[in-house]
Amino acid sequence: MITHLHLDRSIRTLLAAPTAATLFRVAAALLVLALALPWWRFSMVAPQYPFGLHVTTWFFALSGDVREVDELNHYIGFMPLASIASVERHLAFLAGPGAAALLLCAAAASARRARIALALPAIALPAIFVADLAVWLRYAGHHLDPHAALSGAVPPWTPTLFGAGGVGQFHTLSVFEPGFYLAGLAALAAIGALTIASKKQAE
Amino acid sequence: MSIARKDFVATIGAAALLAGCSTPKAGGSAPAGEETVAGLGGDAKAIIAARGLTPGDVAAALKTFVPLGKHDDFVMFASGGHSGQVVVMGVPSMRILKVIPVFTPDAYTGWGYSAASSECLNDGCVNGRLITHGDTHHPALSETDGDYDGRYCFINDKVNGRVAVIDLSRFETTQIVKNPHAADDHGHCVTPNTEYVIETTQYGAPIGGEYVDLTQSNYINYYRGVATYWKFDRASGRIDPARSFSVELPPYNQDLTDAGKLASYGWSFTNSFNSELAFPQGYKGGPFAEASESQNAADWLHIINWKRAEALVASGSVSKRNGMAFIPIDQAANSGILFLAPEPKSPHGVDVTPDGRFLIIGGKLDPHANIYSFEKILAATKRSNLKKDRYGIPILPLKDVMIAQVPVGLGPLHTQFDGKGYAYMSLYLDSAVSKFSLGDESGRGWELVDKLPLQYNTGHLSAPHGDTVNPRGGYVIGLNKWSIDRFTPVGPLYPRNLQLVDVGSDKEKMSHLYDAPIGMAEPHYAQIISASLLKPLSAYPMGFDSRTGKVSPKAPKPGTEGIKQEGDTVVVSMTQVRSHFLPDVVKVKRGQKITWRITNVEGTPNTMHGFALSGYNVSLTIEPGKFDEFSFVADKPGVFPFYCTDFCSALHLEMMGYFLVA
Repeated sequence: MITHLHLDRSIRTLLAAPTAATLFRVAAALLVLALALPWWRFSMVAPQYPFGLHVTTWFFALSGDVREVDELNHYIGFMPLASIASVERHLAFLAGPGAAALLLCAAAASARRARIALALPAIALPAIFVADLAVWLRYAGHHLDPHAALSGAVPPWTPTLFGAGGVGQFHTLSVFEPGFYLAGLAALAAIGALTIASKKQAE
Repeated sequence: MSIARKDFVATIGAAALLAGCSTPKAGGSAPAGEETVAGLGGDAKAIIAARGLTPGDVAAALKTFVPLGKHDDFVMFASGGHSGQVVVMGVPSMRILKVIPVFTPDAYTGWGYSAASSECLNDGCVNGRLITHGDTHHPALSETDGDYDGRYCFINDKVNGRVAVIDLSRFETTQIVKNPHAADDHGHCVTPNTEYVIETTQYGAPIGGEYVDLTQSNYINYYRGVATYWKFDRASGRIDPARSFSVELPPYNQDLTDAGKLASYGWSFTNSFNSELAFPQGYKGGPFAEASESQNAADWLHIINWKRAEALVASGSVSKRNGMAFIPIDQAANSGILFLAPEPKSPHGVDVTPDGRFLIIGGKLDPHANIYSFEKILAATKRSNLKKDRYGIPILPLKDVMIAQVPVGLGPLHTQFDGKGYAYMSLYLDSAVSKFSLGDESGRGWELVDKLPLQYNTGHLSAPHGDTVNPRGGYVIGLNKWSIDRFTPVGPLYPRNLQLVDVGSDKEKMSHLYDAPIGMAEPHYAQIISASLLKPLSAYPMGFDSRTGKVSPKAPKPGTEGIKQEGDTVVVSMTQVRSHFLPDVVKVKRGQKITWRITNVEGTPNTMHGFALSGYNVSLTIEPGKFDEFSFVADKPGVFPFYCTDFCSALHLEMMGYFLVA
């Protein structure tokens, strides 16, 4: 039976400053949620594609109009989307859940260096994702198949990582999706947890 | 000519948009009586003046104009007459959206060139002969609870007595059945839940097509008509001949048929025009059929209780003829299945009102819309003292079943409804459409309201859901046989004229909206469905086979392409995608049998590819995801280019290959 005393205690707990362990667990939960959501989306609009073509990047996979974009890309010799960061996507099955699990371990760790080491993968994850994506976009855009039908028609270029761009008759728009932002929040929560833990240890 | 106030307001608004003017300029007011459209922006006025348009022209244009990129509210399925096809058009724009090949091969779609479509055509063989034409007459959209449901369209072939199924998930013909009891047909409709597709004969002929010499005695004794009830199986999307049946009819030359609905559910009605039991004798100096079949003042309305017939067939007491259940005249008459009622001279249409309570019959040679009460028909069928015709069929007295006549004009043919209490009847001889109010059981309220000339010789009419329990109103389309002066001359073969009439803007008066030329055969009848009820696919799942309606294990897929010898046949497994074929070179030896399989492996809507092979009579259009197949013998050595016939990409011309026969 829930009494006024119980409710009062629960409310006070919620309003109180979170402990490092709680924040690590929140960070882990945010990261798990992020892994279930899309991270980045690339949209292309052209006169004959009034509804646009959309490719969504998840932490583990690609979805959307991958076939059609590949179909168009083959004219300019752009590599198939599935071959971009394929190793990373395989590693992601280990890295994503692993980073979340390490955050839970960090919640239980007492040594400062151990906490940092355990939280670091989750903190670095969004930055690694962005850096890897940027490298691949530049690589793919500058390694067009010279034997492709329209290889001479489109000069090497780097598809935009964020914001508007264009190639041929297409206008493009790249945006980060909720999964990426949640992963960022998870990283911030982990940093917060490390800070709280360090302060508490210093006291 | 005047323009209604609400049309006038609409004219101002829409024309301003057309001209790109947000504020119409104050132009000089037109003198009273002058035919100009006042109040329009300067650009619009200039256009109207330059083109010499009247206010009526402008109103009609605005009522039919569908803004760029927008869609029509309704879609019409019109028979293509003896082109053997079905035409799909938007309403009110009257734009042709598609021509669906049915009974006739079509090089554009590959109908009759691919194995799947050839098999479908072969199913419609008559006496073992492949028939490559048809006379499509009465499209019948599938119905649920008496209203169109947008799933299937059935179409009959008058000349060969066949019925085809068009699957509206893909707008493609999926089945053709040949009536084993009929040489030809005319009437064609569905029952309210598409339990059956009804097909009725036109001209009396010996059942099954055997030879019987044409004499008066033989005509009476051996020539027959039938009403065939094709069982439609929704689960498979196919007509099931094993569960279908025919009711034998006298050779009265049956004409249109309509199914009862709501109050008259379970019955169907077919009229006829040869109570004289006459036949052509002009060849020996006797009367032509046009005269000998028009002597009597009345013909026979056939009233059939199909629910009772269905039960009789289910009871096992009906024998088969030519492999399908067949209820002879005497069995039908004695079982309370078949009745006759007199109807005015040489009728064409019998049409059931939306509530199912009344039948409206147009006698071509009688200037009335004749109104029959189903309640009175039903009561009369229960009487025991009915007279019978020479075939033993009970006759319902005319005075007991007809409740009113509306003097509509000359040559009444066919009736549609608007759901607002009015009926519209075409008048062939007057070349007009008449509008009359629907009355009641006592015969009161059936009155002519308006009449509008049509250009020219109107056959059937079509209105949105105009023969269902829920007509939508707004428009009536006259399916005119002649166009005379309505279009730019294009030689002695004139276009037909589908004429759109506005019946929704004014409570009583009808007005012309648009003339739509049809550059193909007579559009005999059409049905118009709300566009929102149609939910077609935009692309097929990869490897879709038209024959089975499923993905085929034989369909080539990316990675499985190649050329293999299977027995004595060379099997080519090819994929096509922008902008190449794989394999793009096929080498065989003279005399080898070839089975060529192609899958369009595109996944994006609208990415069609064609395939045409020089010298071997092959032409296909393959929609994204679809699998097609064709076979032939490589009997001519040489080098034969093949290419994509559908302009698919900037490198379309490069989408080609070679077939080499050594």
